[in-house]
Amino acid sequence: MNAIDWRRAIRIGLVLGVAVLIASVIGMVQTFDERDMIEDILTLGQLLLFAPAVYAGYSAAGKSEERRVAAPPLLAGLLAGLLTGVPAVLLVGLAGWWTTIRDYFVNVSPQLIDILTFGRGALQGSLMLLAVMAVLGLIGAAIHLIPARVRRPLVNATLITLIFSLFSDVPLNIANQFLPRDIVRRFFPTKGVTQLAAVIVFALSLAIALWWEFSGRTRRQQRMATITAEQRRRNSLIVLAVSAVLLLVLPSILGTFLTNVMTQVGTFILMALGLNIVVGFAGLLDLGYVAFFAVGAYVTALLTSTGDLGLGINFWIAMPIGVLAAVFFGIFLGIPVLRLRGDYLAIVTLGFGEIIRVLVRSDLLKPIIGGAQGILDVGRPSIGPLTLVTPQHYYYLLLAACLLALFVSWRLRDGRAGRQWMAVREDEDVAEAVGINLVGTKLLAFAIGAGFAGLSGAIFGSRVGSVFPNSFELLISINVLAIIIVGGVGSLPGVILGAFVLVGLPELLREFVEFRLLIYGILLIVMMLVRPEGLWPSAVRRREMHADEESPPSVAELEAPRHEATQPMV
Amino acid sequence: MTLSQRLRDIDWIDVWLWIFRILIIVGVVIGIVRKLFFGAGTAYGVDDWLDFFISGLSQGGLYALIALGYTMVYGVLFMINFAHGEFFMSGGMAATYLVASTLAATGFMNEQPIIYLVLVMVFSVLTSMSVSLLTERIAYRPLRRAPRLVPLITAIGASFFWQYIFRGFFGSAVKAFPVPTILEGRVNVLGLDFLKVRLMVIIVSIVALIALYLFVQKTKTGKSIRAVAEDKDVAALMGIDVDRAIATTFAVGAMMAGIAAVLWGLVFKQVIFSMGFVPGIKAFTAAVLGGIGSIPGAALGGFFLGVIEAVGPPLILEGLGAPGAHQLKDVTAFLLLVLVLIFRPQGIIGERLAEKKA
Amino acid sequence: MKRLSLLALLVLVLALALVACGGGTTETPAEGGEEVAATEAPAEATEAPAEATEPAAEGSMECTDALGCVEVAPGDPILIASALVISGPNIELGTDSQRGVEIAIAMRPEVLGHPVELQAEDDGCSAEGGQAAGQKIVSNPQIVGVIGTSCSGAGVPMAAIISDAGYLMISPSNTSPALTDPEQAWKPGYFRTAHNDLIQGAAMATFAYEQLGLTKAAAIHDGDPYTEGLASAFYDAFQALGGEGVGFEAEAADATNVEPLLTSIAAAEPQFLFYPVFQPLAPLLTNTAKTVPGLETTILAAADGVFSPSFLEATPGTSEGMYLSGPDLSFANTMYQDEFIPMYQEMFGSEPTNVYHAHAFDATNILLNAVESVAQQGADGTLLIGRQALRDAVAATSGYVGLTGTLTCSEFGDCADAKIAVSHVENGEFVPVWNNKDGSLQ
Repeated sequence: MNAIDWRRAIRIGLVLGVAVLIASVIGMVQTFDERDMIEDILTLGQLLLFAPAVYAGYSAAGKSEERRVAAPPLLAGLLAGLLTGVPAVLLVGLAGWWTTIRDYFVNVSPQLIDILTFGRGALQGSLMLLAVMAVLGLIGAAIHLIPARVRRPLVNATLITLIFSLFSDVPLNIANQFLPRDIVRRFFPTKGVTQLAAVIVFALSLAIALWWEFSGRTRRQQRMATITAEQRRRNSLIVLAVSAVLLLVLPSILGTFLTNVMTQVGTFILMALGLNIVVGFAGLLDLGYVAFFAVGAYVTALLTSTGDLGLGINFWIAMPIGVLAAVFFGIFLGIPVLRLRGDYLAIVTLGFGEIIRVLVRSDLLKPIIGGAQGILDVGRPSIGPLTLVTPQHYYYLLLAACLLALFVSWRLRDGRAGRQWMAVREDEDVAEAVGINLVGTKLLAFAIGAGFAGLSGAIFGSRVGSVFPNSFELLISINVLAIIIVGGVGSLPGVILGAFVLVGLPELLREFVEFRLLIYGILLIVMMLVRPEGLWPSAVRRREMHADEESPPSVAELEAPRHEATQPMV
Repeated sequence: MTLSQRLRDIDWIDVWLWIFRILIIVGVVIGIVRKLFFGAGTAYGVDDWLDFFISGLSQGGLYALIALGYTMVYGVLFMINFAHGEFFMSGGMAATYLVASTLAATGFMNEQPIIYLVLVMVFSVLTSMSVSLLTERIAYRPLRRAPRLVPLITAIGASFFWQYIFRGFFGSAVKAFPVPTILEGRVNVLGLDFLKVRLMVIIVSIVALIALYLFVQKTKTGKSIRAVAEDKDVAALMGIDVDRAIATTFAVGAMMAGIAAVLWGLVFKQVIFSMGFVPGIKAFTAAVLGGIGSIPGAALGGFFLGVIEAVGPPLILEGLGAPGAHQLKDVTAFLLLVLVLIFRPQGIIGERLAEKKA
Repeated sequence: MKRLSLLALLVLVLALALVACGGGTTETPAEGGEEVAATEAPAEATEAPAEATEPAAEGSMECTDALGCVEVAPGDPILIASALVISGPNIELGTDSQRGVEIAIAMRPEVLGHPVELQAEDDGCSAEGGQAAGQKIVSNPQIVGVIGTSCSGAGVPMAAIISDAGYLMISPSNTSPALTDPEQAWKPGYFRTAHNDLIQGAAMATFAYEQLGLTKAAAIHDGDPYTEGLASAFYDAFQALGGEGVGFEAEAADATNVEPLLTSIAAAEPQFLFYPVFQPLAPLLTNTAKTVPGLETTILAAADGVFSPSFLEATPGTSEGMYLSGPDLSFANTMYQDEFIPMYQEMFGSEPTNVYHAHAFDATNILLNAVESVAQQGADGTLLIGRQALRDAVAATSGYVGLTGTLTCSEFGDCADAKIAVSHVENGEFVPVWNNKDGSLQ
């Protein structure tokens, strides 16, 4: 307990140091340095550079709680912090000695070296960098010295402030809705937040966290212990009602930009709910899901477009046709491939997705669907005298569609079809033996999944107002698959959460476009390593994943799904 | 549901499948007949057809080399290693930027072309292997007991990660791959006219495939890989280090990808950070086409796919009168895949592995 | 429990329908004058120009503009946005243009006493990317105008959003004819400093047919709207001049083995092969074409998608003798060589990767000039910029001498000085040999 694992400290320092080095060499530090987090105090690049040192010091000092002031852990933190700076200093040295390094590594620019050395020249700057990193490591180690009840709120408040300034677009856009511009400007410069805003957020979150730590948590535990079933039901109803109202008024709180982000998330939620039926419920791996999205979008666009190719039909008539076309297409493709198993199915669906992608941009189909030049002037839906144009309008359309899809998924899951799918997913041979029609069951999943994607595509085409082939890349299929797995396979709330994390967050971080896919990749790996069962796993899945762990699942976890599953269909 | 009902369903599906097969085959036959006997589209001479074929064959050799990585990893872990295309890319990028362009600039390349090629290839293989081992250690090994979709997602994540890390290192521009002058031009072998690089690709890939096959069949390490592929738990009981065998599988697959990357550079004379994705998908297709999990299957699938991609559009699609036929070569390739899998769900020469374990 | 939640869901759906209908009526432009209206009212302007008016500024100034005004407080920057492709495979095109914008701003640190600030967005080179960037831009009422988009596919939805919200955009590199065709995608807030595909295609065809005296040509595109548009414009123009089109082919943008395609084309024996595609396909075609029997003497040509030093670096030797068409930057204006290029190199440490930096530079200057000419200045330095007035000022641009020539905007937003030059690759460098105004330059 008291012995410090020096080797571990060195390893942590070096690993994080290499991470810092790579982030520098690929240009991340320099690009992010242009993004202010807190005006005149901290840029994102600096955070990227310095946060690892603090973390290295923190974890190198060991895990023990309530440590007295002692030299070894602090020293370990210092060492780890120092080592975090070493690879970057080596880079500075290398760049000084090897003058043509930029011919090989394009992003090792003079500006990067300037950032790393605080603009003070190679030698003095390097020493300074090492000193700063060491001190930060020391600070990281010293965090252990703070009593736990203060430490936790402090760390949380710091993290909240950082997250707040990173996603400053969200509070900025909300504030823009309600506050006059000159007040908003006092909190939000063009990028990041002002010092004033940072202090307020930090103080507020610290106060709340302290309150929670010292009094709130025990109070809640007491309340939870005494609460009756009646009260609990009432509480959940209140929560439901509040969230329903919130969903309805959200567009006027969020403003145009954030509502538009919501519509993008909604488009993916709709698709992910569909793929969730195919992959999550029925266990059929579909890698070409974008094909159905494309069919829905193209059919609806062709029917409603007022351009040369279109027929100019009303959207409300065209949309169901688009959905039906996607369903039909799902069945059409499903029949030849559904006898294949596992990964064979995956590659064939991927193939179909690619075929669609190639065909929509081909010269072959150009006379019918516009080829590379796409379809312009896609029709917009209208309700009475109101034509849907703005993101706010489409928000409600997508909300309705998502709720419908959610409802259908939920009823299907708990109904007879859901049980058949689950049986097929678990073991096809056994399922067939107990009399389940394999092909029919799979086709149903495929058709419904395709229908949701078709609906999503139909709304997408109308929302964007034009349809071009490059909206239907393989990346969409991959993204949707990632959403349902990161969210939690087969879990409806998980799917929604997954869409917010994998579509919403990147959309809010549009300014990092260059590194968006890199961060996306890291996010996928880290999330799967930390929570392989997904962010919000279904109860069944959670049980499976933790079957080998010691603690038995709680009664609630065991009972809930079984109860639902045995309910008769309404 | 009664048995008769079920039978009726299956019959109906079978009818549909037959219609599907017949439609594709009739289309192919009409296309070929119209092309060869009625002169639809551009008229090609025998030389042209040979060029299509040889070009496809060498492309197929590259697919086969990459497909090996997919097939071996799949054989051992039953996992689609989506990042394999990036292992291929990493070797090619690093070798081109750090070794090949320097050696070409100093003139060493044309003085010692053989040593040059060996150096570039060694560096490429080492990079690919390091990237592959690192990925296996960090993104796959901790998830060995997780549901099968989970490593698929980390593989996709790793694919993005490496692609954009390498873009960050070397930039997003196309980089020329220096080709020694002795490999430029054509050579006549057995009466056939080859581009030198194409011939070299065909030869090297066949040699590498045979060497790999012997390695897996004859050596002790190869046997341990096969044992792990059969049953990990039993292999562990027999005293085989399972982690090590799996890491070896990844390393060997990446070695083939590293070799393929250099050959790729020689043929196409350029590298770019995004070069791994499409060949990765194609190679995976080839692996499934041949029968995933089988090394000769991957080789056969690769060559088959390469040739179909090259010969299919001019022969079948132009015969059917499709404009922009070469744009549709992926359609030919994937339709072929569907057709093969409908007739033989286990691939051309695959074992019925999918039924057993997948 | 379950029935209850079912009920709640039903109520929710009903309420939703109500709000969706009711929401529309509360958002009609009639009630301008609040902060919210500044963002929402213009978005409704599809049917009729919004009558929204901002509250009067503190000074004596009052906004009387039909589309509303941007108010820039003393000391605040004038905010302009860019929406260019800065991610994905076409990144070089957008980054290069964005640098043009940044240089223009760096050269004009102050406009009417205010600094100029750039908010850079990504158009993703796709329709949904243009839609998202457009919505983000119109949600910020401080943005004066937009430089973008890079890709025509992104430009179509964005032109609609930007225009309906009362903003304006000037694209440096949209070349699709549809965007300035009032029958198709044209919107009143849309301008561009890039030339139309039809002009470049015709110029290349004229060069091949009349200057080089060739009669058999083929073209390749990659399924991208730009390349397809340009390739077919060339192909049609070449045939209209009396030449013979012997092949119009397509290849996937991420293709690898292009030898079969080129073998097919070689069988038709073209004298001239035009492939206006991007990297990496263009260098791949160039490198491979030299090894395909039958194409040894065919003259290869590409367009401004790869008109950059990096293309020459990727095709050492093989691009020798090629012709590339593109906007004429050898224009008598010496500022380009003397000031712009050195500044580019100093700021970004590399040679330009494309040609559209020049168009972006001109677009930015046209926008800032318009701001200078229409802004009302208050005594304390406050600026009031009317959006309709700004549009009118941009549309009235006439005889503006920029890097890309002398620019005059047409009724439908085409501002380019459609001067297309054809350059010959000689000893690994571009040498301009011809342009569509003066003919041969040698």
